[in-house]
Amino acid sequence: MKYILLIYQNPASFEALSEEERNQVFAEVDAIIQELTESGEWVGGEGLADSSNTKTVKVRDAVPVITDGPFIEAKEQLAGYCIVACETLERATEIAARWPDARYCAMEVRALMSQGGEEM
Amino acid sequence: MSTLTVTEDLLRELAPQVLGALVRRYGHFDASEDAVQEALLAASMHWPRQGVPDNPRAWLITVGSRRLTDELRSESARRRREDATATRMPSDAHVAPAPDDARPMNVDDTLTLLFLCCHPALSPASQIALTLRAVGGLTTAEIARAFLVPETTMAQRISRAKQRIKASELPFELPPEPQRAERLRVVLHVLYLIFSEGYTTSSGPYLHRSELTSEAIRLARAVHRLLPDDGEVAGLLALMLLTDARRPARTEADGSLVPLAEQDRGRWDQDLIREGVALVTDALTRAPIGPYQLQAAIAAVHDEAATPDDTDWREILALYDMLERLQPNPMVTLNRAVAVAMVRGPRAGLVVLETLDDDVLAGHYRLEAVRAHLQEMAGDRDAALDSYRRAARRTTSLPEQRYLERRASRLAGS
Repeated sequence: MKYILLIYQNPASFEALSEEERNQVFAEVDAIIQELTESGEWVGGEGLADSSNTKTVKVRDAVPVITDGPFIEAKEQLAGYCIVACETLERATEIAARWPDARYCAMEVRALMSQGGEEM
Repeated sequence: MSTLTVTEDLLRELAPQVLGALVRRYGHFDASEDAVQEALLAASMHWPRQGVPDNPRAWLITVGSRRLTDELRSESARRRREDATATRMPSDAHVAPAPDDARPMNVDDTLTLLFLCCHPALSPASQIALTLRAVGGLTTAEIARAFLVPETTMAQRISRAKQRIKASELPFELPPEPQRAERLRVVLHVLYLIFSEGYTTSSGPYLHRSELTSEAIRLARAVHRLLPDDGEVAGLLALMLLTDARRPARTEADGSLVPLAEQDRGRWDQDLIREGVALVTDALTRAPIGPYQLQAAIAAVHDEAATPDDTDWREILALYDMLERLQPNPMVTLNRAVAVAMVRGPRAGLVVLETLDDDVLAGHYRLEAVRAHLQEMAGDRDAALDSYRRAARRTTSLPEQRYLERRASRLAGS
């Protein structure tokens, strides 16, 4: 099963961390990625740029309308994601619990849809 | 058949034998496995152009041995450089060939390898990956594509499994008799997982995953040849054949799922059905009964019915009763509920489902999907609609979701 771990951050409180604390967070993340790569569970992941870089695309009457934003004001924002392939949901939540952002803000674990299916 | 397919089939057949020969001669399962992959690659490039050598197995063993000894030499040279003071065995001790090629062609190596690759110390994902590479002779890229993960992810799973085997010093031999039956169950389960992985996704853009289905069948055939008297091996092979026989009819051209009752039975593969029925019939008369044989027997009853109405549901129910006694688990009960509904009516089936509501399956989409079908059968339209929608929300499979949503809209519009 593949799961996406959505990483939520509070930009203000992340900025409030000392450099040492921030380096600690990055080191923890690197270590987890390394470990998941070695276990063959890491599928991929990226961080998202700040929401000030966001565009919204809507097509109305076949005309694309592109606007800046939304510039999210919410305290907790989606900051990145990673995708893991693991045996159980329990294992995915275990990984999420070790991600430093779970301590500072929150991680959301969502199952990904698969192309496999059984006829009924 | 093209030369390419002939070569490929031959290489896959020979892969475990060549690996067995190298491991017996040199030890070093992990390095031998890499060397065999290189030898297979070399063969797949040379043979189609230059023709298959007279003794392809010997050719592969020679090339594999050369790669392996090169590798071991450079490895021990590297170690000597890094650790000049350490006294080590001269490199020749690793690489001197034992004069044992008089040994008869060791077909049992395939079985020994399967036991090793499906060792309980490895995770299921590693067991599957290593089995496909070391026994099946598939490349890491092919396995990664079949499991829809990046090649680096799959490479890691394989190398971790090999490290584990090395670290645990697992011997290259058949497990001792008292454990053998239990270890064989693990091997069969791994083959079954490979089969289902391919079978459940072998349509539309993911057609190449059907490779997994044929690979699982090929490996099950090999195990059946080596252990012809084991009823469960025959049962598993029969189950795979009888299930795979329905593959041409189980999906529409666009990949959407067709339920058993609506499949065009003219498209079922009658050769596979005949072979599967013969296998399971023979096993049931000769061997102690087991779960794979019972599941194969159930598949056989479905496959032998010319129309859905001809299905002998009483027979199926009797088989599920036996299966539930032999291997009680909620999934078996769920399937038995369908048989109960077909024999005694949907209300009786729904009563069986109620026994699952407090169990591990509570809220599971398959429970809700079966409930929906039985409620629809019972004419309880509103309840069925709710159950279909609940099931559609909970499944993590796109084709199943589309199927369940279609059933729901059909019912809503009726």
